[in-house]
Amino acid sequence: MNLQFTPEENTFREEVRAFLADKLPADIQRKVRFGQQLNAEEHVRWQNLLSERGWLAPGWPVEHGGTGWSPVEKHIFEEECAAAHAPTVVPFGVNMVAPVIIRFGSEEQKRHYLPRILGNDDWWCQGYSEPGAGSDLASLKTRAERDGDHYIVNGQKTWTTLGQHANMMFCLARTDPQAKKQAGISFLLIDMNTRGISVRPIITLDGAHEVNEVFLDNVRVPVANRVGEEGEGWTCAKFLLTHERTGIAGLGHAKQALRHLKSVARRQTHRGRPLIQAPSFREQIARSELELMALEVTNLRVLAAARDGGAPGAESSLLKIRGSELRQRLSDLTRRALGPQALPFFADFLAGDDDTLDDDQTFAAAATAQYLNRRKLSIYGGANEIQKNIVAKTILGM
Amino acid sequence: MDFSLSDEQRMLDETVTRLVTDRCNPEQRRTLIQERGTASSSLWHTFAELGLLAMPFSEEDGGLGGDGIDQMLIMQALGRGLVPEAYLDGLMIPGMLLAKLADDSQRERWLTPLLEGEHQLALAWHETTSRYDIDTPESHAKRRGEGWHLQGRKRVVINAPRAAALLVTAGLDGGALGLFLVPVDSDGLQRRDYTTLDDQRASDLDFDMALPASALLASGDSLLAALGEALAQGRAALCAEAVGAMEMACEQTLEYLKERQQFGAPLSRQQALQHRMVDMHLHLEQARSMAILAATSLTLPDEQRDYRIAAAKAYIGEAAQFVAEQAIQLHGGMGMTEECHVAHYAKRLILLDHALGDRDYHLETVMAHLDSVA
Repeated sequence: MNLQFTPEENTFREEVRAFLADKLPADIQRKVRFGQQLNAEEHVRWQNLLSERGWLAPGWPVEHGGTGWSPVEKHIFEEECAAAHAPTVVPFGVNMVAPVIIRFGSEEQKRHYLPRILGNDDWWCQGYSEPGAGSDLASLKTRAERDGDHYIVNGQKTWTTLGQHANMMFCLARTDPQAKKQAGISFLLIDMNTRGISVRPIITLDGAHEVNEVFLDNVRVPVANRVGEEGEGWTCAKFLLTHERTGIAGLGHAKQALRHLKSVARRQTHRGRPLIQAPSFREQIARSELELMALEVTNLRVLAAARDGGAPGAESSLLKIRGSELRQRLSDLTRRALGPQALPFFADFLAGDDDTLDDDQTFAAAATAQYLNRRKLSIYGGANEIQKNIVAKTILGM
Repeated sequence: MDFSLSDEQRMLDETVTRLVTDRCNPEQRRTLIQERGTASSSLWHTFAELGLLAMPFSEEDGGLGGDGIDQMLIMQALGRGLVPEAYLDGLMIPGMLLAKLADDSQRERWLTPLLEGEHQLALAWHETTSRYDIDTPESHAKRRGEGWHLQGRKRVVINAPRAAALLVTAGLDGGALGLFLVPVDSDGLQRRDYTTLDDQRASDLDFDMALPASALLASGDSLLAALGEALAQGRAALCAEAVGAMEMACEQTLEYLKERQQFGAPLSRQQALQHRMVDMHLHLEQARSMAILAATSLTLPDEQRDYRIAAAKAYIGEAAQFVAEQAIQLHGGMGMTEECHVAHYAKRLILLDHALGDRDYHLETVMAHLDSVA
């Protein structure tokens, strides 16, 4: 038993580090570092650089353009990207719809969509949640009725992340209203430019426009855009939920957040000395450090199990719960470390449209917004309470 | 990175686990505690026959050269069985100090029989004012002719009632720390023996005695280095023991929830209790990670080793108490009874934190090194 990375893995880490130092554009890095929102061009610019290097799709099989990385290498890649302030790859195309197409799609769908995803030609969004179907996703009501070789889709989707940039949506819709809950759902690929689709922004409590509502009013979707059989959409959805869950702890992000917290606490002054020297605050940083150390080893245990052929199952629920709690705690401490400087709301700066703040303002600007934004971590992807239900059922047999 | 066990380690794990299952069920454990005298138990002799007592020691010392993972496996199994034998306090810690510090004749007299299960030892270091620091005792030893005069009072010396000799910390003239080897039949030793709330044997001891020059095993920096290593091993071992006991507390609580009927259904159907049980499980798995971290850190440079082990011990102290308290709560009134085995796990899990530095003590170490160690 040992916790060391192999020499090959360390070499790989160096390779990733060198790539990031060489290729990550300074303007993008700066925005990520100070918590500014990226625009579509910036996301695509970065993803094109990854694509050129052949590193956009670590989760894909090699024959479709994947990297062939082990779970450990994927972890190293994610950790280094977070440490370098690289943007998170927008997951909806490359990490979400693509694995479903690879697993359940027709040859035609694979030929058409996969190269476009690798080339960042399409921007995908996710049409899952509805006003009446969140963590209980299977109670979704959006209808898709057959009309010749089309479906007519009617309904409303919500929490559609970055849907404002999207030209494609993968969508769960009910094709058989008589069937019981999970049955009768189909997985459809919808062109966002089709007549009858409208997108309305949802402004979240941090003032950001990240998520949207999508209204579907008699939207005609070719039957050829269904992935898998009619009524098998739930199988696709479940597959997607269990795919690529090893990064779920957000460990790279948590490590970066702890480094950032320490740098803020060193920079802030409390009664004439750095805040990090103040015993009560220092203790709270230390406690987060302990949690991070434990989470890191747990994450490595899960990665090693995945590498050795075990499927990461309910353990990823454990990682999700503890990882999200830790990241929320770190964002809480960072906000509190800033004291009164956590108050200003520089909306244009956060939206990425303003670069006129001074150094102190820049350093502090995103803390409270990020604290508020991180509340989502315990809600999305199956709320933490749902994760606990899963652990109770599948690990504990309750 | 590899979390698998070697074939030898798997065999070791199976051996200890089987031994604990066969020889230390709750009823047998009660008997072991009741019949505990000054001589080694038959279970301890079986430990010796299976080589478990030799495991933590190097081959030059007559041991089997086990590493941190071997120790982790043994301690985890002992924790699962709440085995009332002082593997850590009677064997590992004093034995490692002797192995490092004793001369040939002392080794032959005290270390060899220790590994063969013939006797046990104890490290006497707690004092009323020293709390968890080992290097600042009020007990002191003065030069007297060729030898020494040792005077002082030690509290809560775990396993002293079963020890053939004690290793006693005392300040020397000039302020250096010394460690003395004191056979328990020495003149000038007064004792009060008792049992702790988690069923360990312990003593409060008064020393006022003359000792030969050879009684001083070591002093100063070489002693501090040896103590640092022995305490690191001990703390990692306690982390592993805690994980074993947490496993059982979780397992028994889960069984109880599935079987206990309330309002016409098993308790395990209540979502509030399911989530509480999941929280216990999360604490267990994170604690297990920390115990692995501690076990694999023993060979690192001192500062890194102590930082990681302090982190593990601080974390596990808290996690163990969470599991203990929830285990009692979820068992309801039953969890409050002497008859309910989970209550004994709870007691050990809570009092483990008082051994070799509690969570507050170790958190201070982490805080002190927050910036310097990666």
